[in-house]
Amino acid sequence: MTDIFGVPVPALMGQLMLGLVNGSFYAILSLGLAVIFGMLNIINFAHGALFMMGAFVAWMGLNYLGIGYWWSLLLAPVVVGLFGIVIERGLLRWLYQLDHLYGLLLTFGLALIIEGLFRYRFGVSGQPYAIPEQLGGALNLGFMFLPVYRGWVIAASLAACFFTWFMIEKTRLGAYLRAATENPKLTQAFGINVPLMVMLTYGFGAALAAFAGVLAAPALQVSPLMGSNVIIVVFAVVVIGGMGSILGAIVTGLGLGVVEGLSKVFYPEVSSTVVFIIMAIVLLFRPAGLFGKEK
Amino acid sequence: MARATEFMRVTDLHAFYGESHILHGLDFVVNKGECITLLGRNGAGRSTTLRAILGLTGRRTGSIMINGREAIALAPHRIARLGVGFCPEERGIYSSLSCEENLLLLPQLGSGGMSLDEIYEMFPNLYERRHSQGTRLSGGEQQMLAMARILRTGARLLLLDEISEGLAPVIVQRLGQIIRQLKEKGFTILLVEQNFRFAAPLADRMYIVEHGQIVSEIHQHELQEKHYLLQEYLGV
Repeated sequence: MTDIFGVPVPALMGQLMLGLVNGSFYAILSLGLAVIFGMLNIINFAHGALFMMGAFVAWMGLNYLGIGYWWSLLLAPVVVGLFGIVIERGLLRWLYQLDHLYGLLLTFGLALIIEGLFRYRFGVSGQPYAIPEQLGGALNLGFMFLPVYRGWVIAASLAACFFTWFMIEKTRLGAYLRAATENPKLTQAFGINVPLMVMLTYGFGAALAAFAGVLAAPALQVSPLMGSNVIIVVFAVVVIGGMGSILGAIVTGLGLGVVEGLSKVFYPEVSSTVVFIIMAIVLLFRPAGLFGKEK
Repeated sequence: MARATEFMRVTDLHAFYGESHILHGLDFVVNKGECITLLGRNGAGRSTTLRAILGLTGRRTGSIMINGREAIALAPHRIARLGVGFCPEERGIYSSLSCEENLLLLPQLGSGGMSLDEIYEMFPNLYERRHSQGTRLSGGEQQMLAMARILRTGARLLLLDEISEGLAPVIVQRLGQIIRQLKEKGFTILLVEQNFRFAAPLADRMYIVEHGQIVSEIHQHELQEKHYLLQEYLGV
């Protein structure tokens, strides 16, 4: 068996794949955060809770209603997206005139409440969610075994990221969105229904988080804490990538997942802090993030 | 009979920015096909009047009838859809979009907007710069773009805020020609201007705004005899 720096290739590849899987979740979540921040000026601390809700909607769908994985992949984003719209209409829209801090505090409180409710109902131990039959097993690629589900998570995440990028950069709706992000009042004065777009943006961000949650359900355990475990790293990803850059969010998310995965092979002690070390270094040299523009 | 030709009637318009009361009961009328100018000193409330018409200020009271519809309680995007195009003082060119994307961004508000070809014929510079990033354009080009993009939408009432501000005399002259062409095409224009020499020959009527109120109305043919008013209020 060949080694690279004294590490067997299959082990290296295995961690690389795990890193890419985690990176896929980081990418989708930080993308949603970036889109929401651009449009609403709100740092959405509830994003991890929405991710967790996505996983739980899938779990509850399966266990209470017999709804399978594939339908959940479609339904959970819709359910959580509608929940997001209710949050936006009912709570967030009163905060747009205020400082960022209020949005952060409100969504942080929401995250605690949502997480608390799920902990009350389900406890903190994770619930298993089986990998769907079609995605079970592993492929022998010659140099490594690739569990099919991991490959699927990466592919589906990239597809979701590409879809989001395409919608924002290449469609008329996306052009309205970019215009409204840049100058909301004037854009509305041109006849574009900006409040509606803001509402849909938050709903879409929530749906994206829920989509990641369903993808994560079989890969991680479905637990009320799964959101808060991931959200801090995701915020670091957003800071490193730079707020408001779509491509930045995707590339940084995947890249940091890989760095985290590789650090588990070469120096496991640093694997849980490596992202924050990179964040500190990036902030020192590029305060606006790798892909952000200085204001 | 007068109603048939009215495009907009503003009655007792008050507007606020937060706690500060800026407009104190404006009354004026804009008839179809007219070019009206709001003159006044800095801070008299002219730009605020345009912004209040579009619902971009804080609280407002009074009445704004546009094409027979009451607009005082409408959201800005609904007011725009009554056929109102806005060219803001700061021009508001989107920096993330190219010149042509800026032109094409605005949604259709009504039928009868100018086609892209017609617009490029009127603004040949914009055709040459159509692929340039919005903010790479010169001040004059940005001003042309800010005006051109509302002509495509089918808006019939154009609210133009300080379009001659900070531009070279030759470009101001060109803007004057464009305003005349737009009048010939039947657009109704409400112009906010500080540059009296630019506005005076274009306007059918002028209103002088002072402390958030209309203090005087001058018809084009009264310019000579009411010159003392201009001197009194504007110092020209």
